[in-house]
Amino acid sequence: MLKYIAKRLVQSVLTLFIIITIIFCLLRMMPEEGYLGANYDKMSEVQRETILTEMGLRDPLFTQLGKFYQGLLRGDFGTSWIYRPNVAITDILAEKAPVSIKMGLMAVAIAMVVGIPLGVLMTRFKGGVPDRLGMGFVVLVMAIPQAVYHLFIQTYLTDFFHLPMLFKGPNLMSWILPTISLSLYNTATFALWMRRYMVDELNKDYVRLARAKGVKNAVIMGSHVFPNAFVPLIQTIPTMILSTAMGSIYVESLYSVPGMGGLLVEVIQRQDNTMVQALVLIYAALGIIGLLLGDLLMGLCDPRITFVEKGGAR
Amino acid sequence: MSEAITSAPVILSVRDLDVKFHLRGRTLNAIRGISLDLHQGESLAIVGESGSGKSVFTKTFMGLLDQNGEIAGGEILYNGQDLAKYKTERQWRTVRGREIAMVLQDPMTSLNPLKTIGSQISEAIAIHQGLRGSALKAKVLEYLRDVGISDPEGRCKQYPHEFSGGMRQRVVIAIAVACNPKILICDEPTTALDVTIQAQILSLLKELKKKYDLTTVYITHDLGVVANVADRIAVMYAGDIVEIGTCEEVFYNPRHPYTWALLSSLPQLGVKGQALYSIQGAPPNLFTEVKGDAFAPRNPHALKIDFEERPPYFEVSPTHKARTWLLDPRAPKVEPPEHIRELQKEGVSRLGQ
Repeated sequence: MLKYIAKRLVQSVLTLFIIITIIFCLLRMMPEEGYLGANYDKMSEVQRETILTEMGLRDPLFTQLGKFYQGLLRGDFGTSWIYRPNVAITDILAEKAPVSIKMGLMAVAIAMVVGIPLGVLMTRFKGGVPDRLGMGFVVLVMAIPQAVYHLFIQTYLTDFFHLPMLFKGPNLMSWILPTISLSLYNTATFALWMRRYMVDELNKDYVRLARAKGVKNAVIMGSHVFPNAFVPLIQTIPTMILSTAMGSIYVESLYSVPGMGGLLVEVIQRQDNTMVQALVLIYAALGIIGLLLGDLLMGLCDPRITFVEKGGAR
Repeated sequence: MSEAITSAPVILSVRDLDVKFHLRGRTLNAIRGISLDLHQGESLAIVGESGSGKSVFTKTFMGLLDQNGEIAGGEILYNGQDLAKYKTERQWRTVRGREIAMVLQDPMTSLNPLKTIGSQISEAIAIHQGLRGSALKAKVLEYLRDVGISDPEGRCKQYPHEFSGGMRQRVVIAIAVACNPKILICDEPTTALDVTIQAQILSLLKELKKKYDLTTVYITHDLGVVANVADRIAVMYAGDIVEIGTCEEVFYNPRHPYTWALLSSLPQLGVKGQALYSIQGAPPNLFTEVKGDAFAPRNPHALKIDFEERPPYFEVSPTHKARTWLLDPRAPKVEPPEHIRELQKEGVSRLGQ
């Protein structure tokens, strides 16, 4: 197992290296006007060249890459160019990330606590009222663009429950609506897949055998069907947690949450290369870690999955 | 031997059982008025082609019909209770496993892949024998030994995927026996296994039947299995038992044209160089009411009355009866096909000894 993890980690580092190199090179192909901002027209050719040279953009590509990697190896992402000039990127992230992470974790926790039992309930009463209501909820959340229902929730529920319209860190009441908004999609996902996998399992022979054995229905659901249905779902949970913790552009801008949502889009638009590189690297790393954790979790839950290499095909 | 079977007390008695399935607004008559007495300690084989209702019939004993199926009429008498009236899960749990247990067809899918073999067997023991702790563990090992699994201590901690098909079927059988039932229903227990394993599983089942004093019901379309294990044979066609008798009677003196056709389809009876026999046509559509004898449209010996009125059972011997008008004293004498006549001759010489 350790050997497997080590192998996966080496592969991950290689993947990250490729991703970040490609991004770095692509960024150098951006139009130079972008780096100079609104004053571009007023600058002389000499002024422009001076600024670009200062930023290191006139160095050969390999020199630029080399400097970047040297920084990375020291754990230094460099400083922001344009978003917040000359502020260390780690400082910017340290300020913005915690809110997004906290809110994301809570949202996924809510999604699991609500979505999984909802899926179980829908399976238990398949075709009945709970199933239809649940399915209505799932379809609604999945079919309507997120921006729409986020806006509805903010507009109507703030009035209805007298909750604050805007986010203020220390005021816990102001966390409620954005966190719930953030959890809706994941809740629907959990409910939908939980139901689907459980219905699949219910039709399997081992359930029939358990019933013929005289096992109680509740025990069949809880100890036979649920674990089998949960195995394929568990693989997606780490990725879901990480992607939700990266922040949502809709929710954060609606409630003006000072988080990371939308940060990447903004720094790409403003051609803040160092910020883009740092964020892409972090997001890619989180994505890869999520997949790895998902595979490991699935291996822990399913005895058929081993991390030992098998000779040849099975 | 045949007298011994039918003089044993009746353990389960089915009377005029009707089972209907509701499918997309239509009704399928899966079982059409079956009556059957199952005698204590016997081994009954139910044979018939796919879709004849073999599995559905036995599922009604345990309340395992699919949700769209229902017992529309008749009785299933067991222990003074009418199982056909059972509705709730609580009622059925007094029967499932405890009185009647089942071995399913495909051992590759009938075990929970996430639970160890030991825990799946002990679940059955805990429910039906109320054992806990070390007594439970010892019992699990005992059953594993019973079904011929070596190194039970090590094996009981393993998962189903670490077992071969034959070994898994042994585990499934261990689970069924661990419920401590009176009746064991084996729904095509060897169909999914390869031939060398089939014989082992059958002899294991026979051994356990003796050891635990079980009454067994085999569902199969493999007549080889039947000859190997059964005391009595019930031939099913289109949701009805068309002929029932002891193994010798049905094999060597079959009376129903469907049984003739079924036996003639045995490749072993074919003559080299001739095309293998197969029954012409298809089974009747059970969505519509079957009029007369269900086999009549495929029966070359069909009489006019076969298309009009459903034949009653005619007794050939106290243990042997068949549902065909050919046995009516007024019916013209019809010679069975050549294969069958040879079987009869063989039977006479064999049984005469």
